[in-house]
Amino acid sequence: MRSVEEMRMLVTQTRRDILRMVHAANSGHPGGSLGTTEFFIALYHAVLQYDPAHFTMDGKGEDLFFLSNGHISPVYYSTLARAGYFPIAELSSFRQIDSRLQGHPTTHEGLPGIRISSGSLGQGMSVAIGAAQAKKLNEDPQLVYSLHGDGELDEGQNWEAILYAAGKGVDNYIATIDYNGRQIDGDTDAVMPLGNLRAKFEAFGWIVWDEPDGNDLNCNIQTLKNAKRSTGQGKPIAILLHTEMGHGVDFMMGTHAWHGKAPDDAQLASALAQNPETRLSDY
Amino acid sequence: MFSDCIDSNPSDKRDTRSGFGAALLQLGKRDDRVVALSADLTGSLKMEAFAEAFPRRFFQVGIAEAHMMGLAAGLAIGGKIPFTGTFANFSTGRVYDQIRQSIAYSGKNVKICASHAGLTLGEDGATHQILEDIGLMKMLPGMVVVNPCDYNQTLAATLSIAAYEGPCYLRFGRPKVPVYTDAQADFKIGKGILLKEGSDVTIAATGHLVWESILAVRELEAQGISCELINIHTIKPLDEYIILQSVQKTGCLVSAEEHNYLGGLGESLAGVLARHFPVPQAFVAVHDSFGESGTPEQLMKKYEIDRSAVMEKARRVLERK
Repeated sequence: MRSVEEMRMLVTQTRRDILRMVHAANSGHPGGSLGTTEFFIALYHAVLQYDPAHFTMDGKGEDLFFLSNGHISPVYYSTLARAGYFPIAELSSFRQIDSRLQGHPTTHEGLPGIRISSGSLGQGMSVAIGAAQAKKLNEDPQLVYSLHGDGELDEGQNWEAILYAAGKGVDNYIATIDYNGRQIDGDTDAVMPLGNLRAKFEAFGWIVWDEPDGNDLNCNIQTLKNAKRSTGQGKPIAILLHTEMGHGVDFMMGTHAWHGKAPDDAQLASALAQNPETRLSDY
Repeated sequence: MFSDCIDSNPSDKRDTRSGFGAALLQLGKRDDRVVALSADLTGSLKMEAFAEAFPRRFFQVGIAEAHMMGLAAGLAIGGKIPFTGTFANFSTGRVYDQIRQSIAYSGKNVKICASHAGLTLGEDGATHQILEDIGLMKMLPGMVVVNPCDYNQTLAATLSIAAYEGPCYLRFGRPKVPVYTDAQADFKIGKGILLKEGSDVTIAATGHLVWESILAVRELEAQGISCELINIHTIKPLDEYIILQSVQKTGCLVSAEEHNYLGGLGESLAGVLARHFPVPQAFVAVHDSFGESGTPEQLMKKYEIDRSAVMEKARRVLERK
């Protein structure tokens, strides 16, 4: 596990990676990426057990992570590269022709660290649950984690999966919902109100951890550890992670406008100035 | 030259889905990586024996096919060989994007096993009679599409796709049909089977239409028309060689399938002819319509995918040579 100071630097560097990647590609999704940066750094540097130097598809003996809302690929790619799965120099190939860093994550180009393609929303929870059940069959005590957008919960397949995971007692699985309250067309309350999400998960039979400060690194670490401690009790676990879309860049916060839009040169300069480079360096 | 099955009149009739169920049980015994998933149709898919013998490796998902496809992809990530079981309609059209992204594009070793394909499920009607599934599945890059013709071949095909690494679609049906292929016959994915040599017309059939074509060939031969009959059990990858060898001799082709002519075997074969050796082709297939309730026999007659249709199309294509 890295020191908190190092993790804080990683958060900053990852934000810079996200902004620079999306700017260079002139496309991509900075909003959700910036909003979940603390979660990714906490997960990959304080919680997950994995071996980036020897990536295997089945990940036996390792914890697994699945990204369901694949459009936040910038934060995922940056995290994987900086965790040692592939060189950070490769981040410059994001969304370019002949790249392993496709617009949405895929196994198709063989990028280490990725075990499923995602982008078409609502599919990742089923996959993660399948991987968790395979771990049980394999008598592998490691855990499976996943991340989902809150807007993504509009997709019905999630609710099939939520029903199933509780009904079948999949208790080696922790699903985190990026609860930022925004989706492409606007606030989730305006587009498709989610109602009382905690009550919904609990009614389905899940253990729920609410984390009101999803953009605080320590809170992420603590909540993930709490969630991990509540595994093995016959119930799946959900973390409702309240985040701010576009966190860390003042003009990207408080709006859904930066869900899937690239900054121009001046906006990039302003955004990077708010997140100064650390000794871990840019790619 | 007639092969055994052309001559024989088997008294044994069984459903192809039972061949799938029997093979699944065999696979469960020989390989503990094999797991099975059912969307509340365990009995219809003949998966009960597997479920009873291997309860830990059997996953009842309820009426949630989209979730089942994702779950299968996840189990494949964990090194399992998942076999999903539901009706063909719910195995393909209902879950196309789940298969496309989580299985095909992700390269997962999932076997999508689909019963009650085509018109011959009968009385349930068009909601359940999918005639588009071959087309949907063959369009997915990397997807193998297999449509065996009888109990024995379905059993062999099921064993065969388990040994193949990669996504497969296995299509079979509900009604009891004659068992006429050799139980010991080797099944090779992508390799057509020459059932009878002939010189006037090539008939290439798949699934339940192989038996109808056998019946048609007997009558056509009696009328002096020499037929070459090929069982194309694998629509993708397609055995182009066996087709081209045959039509170079006969100069015309009849394709026969329980599927819409758009997207089916016939369309794939037309592409082969267009690219390599254009000759006239006639299509025994459903002509861009939905089905309806009725007995399998009534439906095959009305929608012109039975023995008579094969004979009629053979005669007509001969006139175009």
